Amino acid sequence: MRIEKHPILVFEKGPKVRFYFDGKEMEGYAGEPVAAALHAAGVRVLSHSQIHNRPRGFWCAIGNCSSCNMRINGVPNVRSCVEPLKEGMIVETQKGKGDLNA
Amino acid sequence: MLEKTGIPTPEQLEAIKPSKERLAKGPVAIVECFQEIPCDPCYTACNRGGFLPFEDINDLPRTDEEKCNGCSICVGFCPGLAVFIVDETYSDDEALVTIPWEFTRLPAEGSQVWGLDREGNEAARVTVKKVRKSAKKNGAHVITLMVPKDKAYDIRSISHKE
Amino acid sequence: MLETEVLVIGGGPAGLKAALSAARQGAEVTLVERDPFLGGQLVKQTHMFFGSKEQYASERGVNIAKILSKEVEENDKIRVLKDTTALGYYEDRRVAIEMEGKFETVNHKALIAATGAQENTLVFPNCDLPGIYGAGAVQTLMNVHGVVPGNKVAMVGAGNIGVIVSYQLLQAGIDVVAIIEAMPKIGAYLVHASKVRRMGVPIYTSHTVVEARGKDCLESIVISQIDDKWQPVEGTGRKLDVDVLCVSVGLTPLTELLFQAGCKMAFIGELGGHVALRDINMETTVPNIFVAGDVSGIEEASAAMVEGQVAGLTAAKNLGYGLDDYEEKVAAAHKELDGLRRGPVGGKIRAGLDKLYKEGEVAV
Repeated sequence: MRIEKHPILVFEKGPKVRFYFDGKEMEGYAGEPVAAALHAAGVRVLSHSQIHNRPRGFWCAIGNCSSCNMRINGVPNVRSCVEPLKEGMIVETQKGKGDLNA
Repeated sequence: MLEKTGIPTPEQLEAIKPSKERLAKGPVAIVECFQEIPCDPCYTACNRGGFLPFEDINDLPRTDEEKCNGCSICVGFCPGLAVFIVDETYSDDEALVTIPWEFTRLPAEGSQVWGLDREGNEAARVTVKKVRKSAKKNGAHVITLMVPKDKAYDIRSISHKE
Repeated sequence: MLETEVLVIGGGPAGLKAALSAARQGAEVTLVERDPFLGGQLVKQTHMFFGSKEQYASERGVNIAKILSKEVEENDKIRVLKDTTALGYYEDRRVAIEMEGKFETVNHKALIAATGAQENTLVFPNCDLPGIYGAGAVQTLMNVHGVVPGNKVAMVGAGNIGVIVSYQLLQAGIDVVAIIEAMPKIGAYLVHASKVRRMGVPIYTSHTVVEARGKDCLESIVISQIDDKWQPVEGTGRKLDVDVLCVSVGLTPLTELLFQAGCKMAFIGELGGHVALRDINMETTVPNIFVAGDVSGIEEASAAMVEGQVAGLTAAKNLGYGLDDYEEKVAAAHKELDGLRRGPVGGKIRAGLDKLYKEGEVAV
């Protein structure tokens, strides 16, 4: 969910862009982190753990922890919490450790 | 107890209450700051000596109740939102309580809202007398409420929901 | 290869002040910041800072970020490399960086590590469910990007971060149903606790999270009172329906570069974990490698700024800059630090620094 009104802050947004999450078309703002755009759209499961396949969301949101790794434009292990959203991005839930050849 | 709940005890609150004589003269600052933390903007914000000088930055703030005229500048400068202004002389049955305010809801002057006590309980319906921008000019506001006189030392907030 | 006199890693409060102090003494500075903006975690701090005028008291952190970033960007002696991550420290004293997707190395005469900290995790059944976040993470999502991750939040940890983020969630229009703290007392400044309490948020001290529940995402948590041996008290368990749990149980310094550089390290719990041994002017056991801010021990941002000043002044002095007023300036900074740490809330950092300096004597 996006914050509509805030007492202290004004949020400056880039232009609206379209992107694809697991094949589904979505909207976000250019330059915001991919994970922020997904959370605004209600998507909180970003990856699945390597051994037990448990759902994972982000933990730190500042690029420290790798809990939010996703496959973006075919590249696995991209930290979606800091990766800026761009028009037409193809974002996929990552399963396991990621495969460059997939 | 304050350290367990975030709510000051009646004894702590009684200890910082201005004298009866001073309260009878009009608005005065009440600083609900009970822990020595490194912080002194209440003192530096006041240009009329309403706060006694800090010997150590960790000192608890102490007002000079004769010099404080209840102007409310310090309300907007206190990082802990711990300064309130009480004016017991407003009318026979109502006192004015001025609070710092950092929420999007800005009630209209003259409207009725719930006054909240230090636990967040609805203590009484109160009338919004004045809504001003904080003297610090940082997005915050300072709101003056007309509250039942017996609630002047209970009501320290209003509901942030419409 | 890039060349610089003073390399500052990290553009948060400590790094910005370090860069400014070194540059103002006359040194040529390069500041490396992995984010596309300066300010570090100040950019999400919407509360007013404590301290005194010297540390921007009453100013909101987000404004302090703007003030310091502008001063740094306008300083001719400082080269700012944003979107640039320090990757490692090499034996020939060079720092490897990734700059706009390219590999580079930086040769330097002095290094100031102001790399900050990361949030600690808490282990309980299902603690990995989406919907469970670091409190600072939710603060970033909410205050930097304008997005909130759910509707009903519980907070674990009543330290300053936990209590401040709870208040900021209310400001963003989100319900906070409880703040849960394992210790018997609130760790946050009590004025912060009072301001969130009077908005109706209960603070449960001597309580813990027993488990989280949910299928793909968090749906509820179970909390319980704990006794003085940290064991759940039977019959006090209670389910809270929340879709977000924020965890605020401390920070750990980000010290990888210092380990690589061969700085002598020590584990000091009061400072948040492993820290580099250092002298009072922030110089580690490797000459001309300095630390400042949370990486040197977890503390408030006000202290981080002053530590940055001390490190910047001293790095410049070691290179021969600002010798005439160094003593005066560094003494003033130490006086500020002493004031920030002298009171009852400075007990933990004082205990940690005592241990650090004792370890330092042994190491020498």
